[in-house]
Amino acid sequence: MTSINVRVDGMSYSDDVEPRTLLVHYLREQLGKVGTVVGCDTSNCGACTVHLDGQAVKSCTVFAVQADGSEVTTIEGIAEEGRDGALHPVQKAFHEMHGLQCGYCTPGMIMASIDLLRENPNPSETEIREGIEGNLCRCTGYQNIVRAVQQAAGEMSGADTLGAQA
Amino acid sequence: MTVTEDAATLAPAKEVGQPRRRKEDARLITGRTTWTDNMVLPGMLHLAVVRSPVAHARITGIDVSAAQQAPNVVAVYTGRDLAEEQGSIPCAWPVTADMVNPGHPSIAVDQVNHVGEAVAIVVGRSKVAATDAVELVDVDYELLPPVLDLEEAVADGADLVHDQLESNTSYHFVFDAGEAGTGTDTEQAFADAEVVVSRRLVQQRLIPAFMEPRSVVVQPQGDNYTMWSATQVPHVLRVMAAMVTGIPEHKLRVVAPDVGGGFGGKLQVNPEEILCLLLARRLGKPVKWTETRSESLMAAHHGRGQVQFIDIAADREGNVKGLRVRLLADMGAYLRLITPGVPALGAFMFPGIYKFPAYRFECDGVFTNKVPTDAYRGAGRPEATFAVERIMDELAVELGMDPLELRRKNWIKAEEFPFTTVAGLEYDSGDYEQATQKALELLGYDELRAEQKRRRESNDPVQLGIGFSTFTEMCGLAPSRVLGSLSYGAGGWESASIRMLPTGKVEVVTGSTPHGQGHETAWSQLVADQLGVPFEDVEVLHGDTAVAPRGMDTYGSRSLVVGGTAVVKAAEKVVAKARKVAAHLLEASEDDLEFADGKFAVRGTPGASVGIQEIALAVFAAHNYPEDVEPSIDAEATFDPVNFSFPHGTHLCAMDVDTDTGMVKIRKYACVDDVGTIVNPLIVEGQIHGGLAQGIAQALYEEAVYDADGNLTTGSFVDYLVPSAADLPHFDTANTVHVAPGNPIGAKGVGEAGCIASTPAVVNAALDAVRHLGVSDILMPLTPERVWRAIHQGGDGGDRATAGTNAYGGAQTESTAGVSTPASSLGGDR
Ligand code: FES
Ligand code: FES
Repeated sequence: MTSINVRVDGMSYSDDVEPRTLLVHYLREQLGKVGTVVGCDTSNCGACTVHLDGQAVKSCTVFAVQADGSEVTTIEGIAEEGRDGALHPVQKAFHEMHGLQCGYCTPGMIMASIDLLRENPNPSETEIREGIEGNLCRCTGYQNIVRAVQQAAGEMSGADTLGAQA
Repeated sequence: MTVTEDAATLAPAKEVGQPRRRKEDARLITGRTTWTDNMVLPGMLHLAVVRSPVAHARITGIDVSAAQQAPNVVAVYTGRDLAEEQGSIPCAWPVTADMVNPGHPSIAVDQVNHVGEAVAIVVGRSKVAATDAVELVDVDYELLPPVLDLEEAVADGADLVHDQLESNTSYHFVFDAGEAGTGTDTEQAFADAEVVVSRRLVQQRLIPAFMEPRSVVVQPQGDNYTMWSATQVPHVLRVMAAMVTGIPEHKLRVVAPDVGGGFGGKLQVNPEEILCLLLARRLGKPVKWTETRSESLMAAHHGRGQVQFIDIAADREGNVKGLRVRLLADMGAYLRLITPGVPALGAFMFPGIYKFPAYRFECDGVFTNKVPTDAYRGAGRPEATFAVERIMDELAVELGMDPLELRRKNWIKAEEFPFTTVAGLEYDSGDYEQATQKALELLGYDELRAEQKRRRESNDPVQLGIGFSTFTEMCGLAPSRVLGSLSYGAGGWESASIRMLPTGKVEVVTGSTPHGQGHETAWSQLVADQLGVPFEDVEVLHGDTAVAPRGMDTYGSRSLVVGGTAVVKAAEKVVAKARKVAAHLLEASEDDLEFADGKFAVRGTPGASVGIQEIALAVFAAHNYPEDVEPSIDAEATFDPVNFSFPHGTHLCAMDVDTDTGMVKIRKYACVDDVGTIVNPLIVEGQIHGGLAQGIAQALYEEAVYDADGNLTTGSFVDYLVPSAADLPHFDTANTVHVAPGNPIGAKGVGEAGCIASTPAVVNAALDAVRHLGVSDILMPLTPERVWRAIHQGGDGGDRATAGTNAYGGAQTESTAGVSTPASSLGGDR
């Protein structure tokens, strides 16, 4: 067992973990953060995507011990703080554009999309498709996910533009 | 002139037809979901399954002692330990009276028949403990020859999957239109024909690959059991699990919480579900099993898996005269819930939208040493649609006709509906011409044809092709009597009930259990219109046999058509009951009441009205209600359709084929689907998109590949190519609307349309691009390797390289040569 200190969705945790424990299992089983899910065993599906110090990672590819001293954000922690029900623009866009059906890929898809927009606030359709290539969705055929990311990009940069103009 | 008359003539803002954002999203986009694997119960134990690494063998010994002694292992069980109580996984569809079913143990006792079959189970205090100990179970196998190839399996002297049986054939199913009285004599039609085209087509095995792995939790409470399972069919599962385990049905509650996709793959009574129940009973403790993706790909059922021999007869003018189909359908090692029924369901769809005077269908269900096949999105109908849409193109080539002209010449005309087909189905409504015209415009057909010509003339290394698929499907499964006549073990009705709560809020209970389709939203729209209550005031409950006791669940594009209709019928009953109370409260005659916008108003008496939500409170208080009724306006309805519904559409694919590299790329995809009345356009479009992705994936990417030893070489998402966003094109979709006459909503079903229609459109497009280079077939999936080989070496591209390579192949090896079907060497002779 190894001791780790992590902040997850704004809360601090100190825990003992086995060195082989994957971050996703630590989140789900030790912290009860079951919003993040597991879809594969080969790091292909992206269902487990979270942010580690602001960067999207597949949490099935990271050991919990590697997150020691880091800040982890999951799907449960991206809505605006303190305001119940205030969704992140990407969450809102997935809802608006019907970017999900069963919703199993959705937490990972949203976390990957936020990261994509951080790196490229105004992506083309091709850039979006390539940007979320590491996340599989079996339900939607991706078209509405692409639309959702475009809509969120518009909203997020629109907010900036308005701010700049004001 | 009165207010009430205006209200009656001015339709209130209707919910049906609105692109309502989904209610279910709130929990799904925030991670507040209840997947089965999220569940933690006090004292819960975890199961890990030891699975066979070999396809066909006798088990000569299992040593579990090391595993038993491993830390935190509670128990280890083998098939022998459970043999007495495990029964057989049920098969609900004996398609012929003499169908052979060898039985399907949940855990192998003496013999394993496919890679991935359970041979032992480790129970641990944690999942990690159980999984670690799997490695410690030592199983001795005496190898038997694996039976893998369908054509070899039915040849004389073939090795047997089940050596107690006489052959590898489970059943021989025949539908002959001449004998059924729905068509003329097929042999005669072929004897008289001016043109006959014959093809051997292959429907590769696919894996449903729902994103949420299967997961089961069972909690025993005295002699009661609650099972949570990631299933499409909690109701079917409850009945079947009770029958298999002997746990009385009323002592078993099954819950499907949030379920992450199914596509037919979770329409099953899984061995692991039965094993969890058996072990929870033995141990008296809650147990959980959640599969890994690799387990899922190798042990959850597959779909498709057919060799199709199809012959079409026509005259020189292109009038079709007859269709003859012979199938070898891969059952895998055992018969699961509807394994044998899938190809039999397809039997009725091979004639497609065309007016064949004669038709004969024969199918052999064949055992192989592979995981069983069963329902996968479309289940029987994609296979049929693929065959007929491919053979129509081949006939067009043979006749030198335009493929669209050939279709137009033979399809059912709009004015001919309802039309009884040669397979005996009564197609309800539609207009194939209208959908096709619209699709041609969407695609920009004329321009693309012109470009194709230019590129052909300039010998462009990248050639363009355009593929058609004009399809229909039978949906709204299913009229119970028809299912009975096909020997299916259950009915096809659906149940709904509506509870009017004292505050006027509405609970709708549906027996149709969703797993991503958006029932909560669509059903709310239906009920909001029917009862005139706000959309937000409706809550839809489902997926728990204690909450929704009656149901047939979700598959076969049935939910809205059958389940939605049950909801509408229940709502009508609520209104009828409320009308009596309203008349009493308003001191008016029932006949003088008009119901609109959620209010009963007395005709000609402005201001005299009472809302249905107020009536709910009135009957709750029950101080003042009519003498002759009970104080409740709740109602229940069961709907059993009298006919299927028949969505149809035209799908067009424009495809670039790089003749130098074999790479194919969809340039444009346009489709127009007629799914009847659209309750929620957002959901309908989403269903089409998802279906397209899966149908296109069959054409281009996916195949469950087994090597010569029966190992699944596409056993993870590294090799089984579920397409990503970058692998799929933008889809241009549109609709025409011809309401279904068979249900009051007018809906036809949409869940499978995209998946059924798209595969042949894509393959036809690729062939259209390279046909002038002498290519007349390419096996699916159209990998660059196969396309390149078909162009440069002739034939159909051949089998994919398997052993030791990934799905995109490498060189052929000795062992792949061993599994190559005769066709791959035959390919060139077409
Ligand atoms: S679970 Fe992490 S990539 Fe699939
Ligand atoms: S919404 Fe079901 S997998 Fe993406």
